[in-house]
Parts: sequence; C-alpha cells; structure tokens
Amino acid sequence: MLKIEAVLQPSKLDAVKDALLEAGIEGMTILEARGHGRQKGHTEFYRGREYTVDLLPKVKIELVVVDELKDKVIEAIESAARTGRIGDGKIFVSRIDEAIRIRNDERGESAL
Amino acid sequence: MRGRSILLLVPSTLFLFLFAATFSAVAQAPAAQAPATQAQVAALQQQIQTAQMNADNAWMLVSAALVLLMTGPGLALFYGGLVRRKNILATMMQSFAMMGLVTILWAVFGYSLAFGHGNAFIGGFEHIFLRGVGLTPNTDYAATIPEQTYMVYQLMFAIITPALITGAFAERMKFSAMAVFLSLWSLLVYSPMAHMVWGVGGLLNANGGQIPSLDFAGGTVVHITSGVSALITAIYLGKRLGYPHTNMQPHSMVLSFIGACLLWVGWFGFNAGSALGSGPLATSAFVNTHFAAAAAALGWTIAEWIHNGKPTALGAISGAVAGLVAITPASGFVQPFPALLIGLIAGAFCSFMVFEVKSRLGYDDSLDAFGVHGAGGTLGAILTGLFATSAINAAFGKGVPTGAIDGHWGQVLHQLAGVGIAWSISIVGTLVLLFLVDKIIGLRVSPEDEREGLDLSQHGEEGYDLNS
Repeated sequence: MLKIEAVLQPSKLDAVKDALLEAGIEGMTILEARGHGRQKGHTEFYRGREYTVDLLPKVKIELVVVDELKDKVIEAIESAARTGRIGDGKIFVSRIDEAIRIRNDERGESAL
Repeated sequence: MRGRSILLLVPSTLFLFLFAATFSAVAQAPAAQAPATQAQVAALQQQIQTAQMNADNAWMLVSAALVLLMTGPGLALFYGGLVRRKNILATMMQSFAMMGLVTILWAVFGYSLAFGHGNAFIGGFEHIFLRGVGLTPNTDYAATIPEQTYMVYQLMFAIITPALITGAFAERMKFSAMAVFLSLWSLLVYSPMAHMVWGVGGLLNANGGQIPSLDFAGGTVVHITSGVSALITAIYLGKRLGYPHTNMQPHSMVLSFIGACLLWVGWFGFNAGSALGSGPLATSAFVNTHFAAAAAALGWTIAEWIHNGKPTALGAISGAVAGLVAITPASGFVQPFPALLIGLIAGAFCSFMVFEVKSRLGYDDSLDAFGVHGAGGTLGAILTGLFATSAINAAFGKGVPTGAIDGHWGQVLHQLAGVGIAWSISIVGTLVLLFLVDKIIGLRVSPEDEREGLDLSQHGEEGYDLNS
C-alpha cells in the first residue's frame, strides 16, 4: 500500500478531485496548508511599510492506495494540476505499513 | 351564541357615546368662540414649549445611543481587528470595561467633577451620586432637555475617551492595571479637562471663560487628551516584544472596517448631538462631520497611493477617522466647504504622522491612537480657530467675530492655549498615574503572557474556536 501526498494550489483542488474520482479513487483526505517552494511570497502593506508574506495558502491531498494504482493516481493529479508555472506543487509517495477500517477492524488492502 | 352578542354591546355603546359627545361639542361651539383667556394661551404656550423640548430630547437620546455605539462595538471592533488574533478578546474587553466602569464613576463623582460648580479647573461635589440631577433642565448647559439626558449624553463621551487610549498599549497591558489606571484617568484628567472647556466657570469655556476656546464636541477634551495620554503610555510601557521587525499585521481588517463605519455613523451623535438640540445647528454639525470624514478618507488614500503605490483599506478607514477627529472641535462652528478642507488636511497630515513620524521616532503606538487622535485633535483645534464663523454659530454673541475667518485672529491663540493645556494635563496626569499604578500593581504583562496572548493569559478565553 502506498501513501500519495500532493501539495497543490488551492485553485486546482476541484480539478484534481474530479480527476481522481474519474480514475476510480474514492477515498481521500484534504488538508489546508501553508507553504512555499521556490515560489516567492507576496508583499503586503501595513501602515506604510512593506512586508513579505512567505507562507502561501496551499491544499494537501492525501491518499492511500494499492501499489498497482500508483501510476494512475499520479497521472490524474499531474494532468489536472499542471500549469507549467512555478507553484504547481509536488507529489510524494511513501510506503504504508498497515491500513485498518475502524467500523469493522478490517485490515490490509481490503480496508482501503 | 349569547356570549358573542353581548360583545356587540361594547362597540355600540362606544359609538353612541362618541356620537353624543360630538353633538354636544358642536352644540357648545358658539360658546367656545368667545375670546380665549390668558390661562388658555399660557397652556398652549406650555404645550408648544413641551413639544419643542421633546423634539430636542428625542435627538439627544438618540445621539447618546449613537455615541455609545461608537465605543461598543465601534471602537471594540476597530481596535479588535487591528491586533493579532491572540489578543482580540482582550482588546474588546478593554473598551467594554470602560462602558461599565466609567458609567459608575461618572454617576458617583465624574459628572459632578466635570459639570458641577467649582472653580476654573474642576467642578465640585454638588452632584455627587447625581444629587439634584433630575428630569428638569439645567439651564447652565441645556435649557430644553432634562439634566439626566445631558448627564447621560456626556457620560458616553467620558466612556469613549479612555477607551481610545487602549489603542496605544494594545497587546501588552494587564487587564487589572488597565482598569485601575483608566478609572483614575477618567476622574483626574478627563473630568477636569471637560470642566475647563465645557463646565460652568471653566478656564477655557467659550461662554465666559478666561481663555474662551472653541471646542464644539471634544477635540481637546476627548481627542487630544486621549491621544497624548496614549503616546505617553506607549513610551512608558515600551514596545511590544518583537516590534518593529516582526510582522504584526491586523488579524481581521474585516472587523476593523465594520468598526470604522460604526464610528463614522456614531460620530453624527458625537458632533451633531453636541448642538444639544435638534435645530439647525445640529444640521450644520451633521453635514460638517460627514464632509470631513469623506474628504479625509480621500486625503489619506491619495497620500498612501503616492507613498506605497497601492491604496489600502486600513488607510482609507484611518483617514475617515482622522477627519472625524479633526472636525470634532469645529463641527458646530464652520461652513461645509471649510469642513471638507479640514478633512482633507487631516487625512494627509495624520497619514504623515503615522507613516513617517512614528517610524522615525520609534515609539510603539500600536493602533495609532496618538497619530490619529492626538495629532488630528491638535490640528482640528487649531483649524477651528481659523474657520469658526459667527455665520454658523455666534458663539461669542450675536455679531461678534468668532474665528480668524471672521477677522478674529486672536482666536487661534486661544485655541493654542487650549491645546497647550490639554497636552500638559495629559502628559503630567498620565505620567503620575502610570507611575503609581505600575508601582502598586504593575502595568505590563510578563513576556510569557505577552507571547501566549492576552486572551488566554488575562481572560482564559479564546476569541475564535474554529474547531468547535
């Protein structure tokens, strides 16, 4: 089982969700986040002085899927979220040791 | 069924009665056309006077409510939005505490010290516990409204003045120390200043004072005293941890915006209500107030647009407030276009105070209480001396020149005297009280409490619980 985390521009959330649903992925967790990579922040004015705000609003999607779906998921996210500009975001993949359904204590891939 | 039929008896009887009464009145008409007696004329005159007084009282009660609205929630929101999220409740509590505390102090001593008979500097104890303050007018102040209306109207001013000072020490003063400090300030700085400018026999009273100065609604009494005291407090307390290099931007410009608009609307009560009646002078003050606010918002916005390249919402609302402050002493004395000019100048001038002077001198007047109220009030007091005209308000008597525009240039000197006294009493009074309260209670919160935020450290509460 793999965990796929994607940090995205908030404006791309709907497109990515739709792409994932179309790819047959139904479960996901969405978090509001702040951060930046190479994308510079923006400047704001307060009482005549300029401040740089580094922490930009982002959205993070987390999915846990069976190994076989990895490429399909990555393809869905990339095609929906890519604009070609700095700030598109990143995807990380890691291994998951255990998955458990709380309702009935089902374990393993069938819990996903 | 029988019960219902009985009900018909009621309207029928009433109808018959009215029918009979009309006929008997008509039947008496010829007798009533005899010459009216003195008593009837006097009674009619009394009724007219009562109607006029009730008209004034209606506006004054509304004005009092509007001025209270300026504190709660006007100022509470305006200041609240400008601080960091961890201090929102504490900031609002400071204004709210004034609503409670000052009311009691005013009722017990404050009104008497401000408006009772005394000497040139302070009133006396004749109205302690509001003794003698009833529902008949006090002709020394307002001949057409009950004295209790006058008292409660003035109370709202006494409430907002210390509340304004809280802007200077935002995010770092102990609640207990603030409550004691501002209570004492209200009695020892506000009441004397109010007495000097508005009280019977006051040194600066336009009506017979030794140095007659023009302050229609409180440019010196409210804005200079609070603004200068704010500066002193900001310097005495020291800067917030991390000031000025840490970004301490407002956590909610939305709240501040709403607060500022409530201040603008409430100010109609503050200025137009100072006419103490609902006649044409109130109209003058109302129009001037609005014009100055609008022009000043524009003045600050343009100044900022040039300075930063972008006009901010904070700049626009601060500009409006600056204009309202500056027009306060002038509102019932000037023509509308001078009011526009006063606003425009105030907007530009106060923005300069906040952008340049504050950063150059380095004091942490967190919410610009001095930059807007102290500086704006000083400017307004001086411009009042320039633009006051007896065409609007013959303050010194019919046909007597009022301000420089009438030819009476000496008035500007009188205004400067009033400004000087306001500055002095504020500086001295505030320093003494700060020193005393600091020694006895301690003014500033501990660094840990300041970092945690005053909402939690002073009140054990959080302003927003977005997870509940």
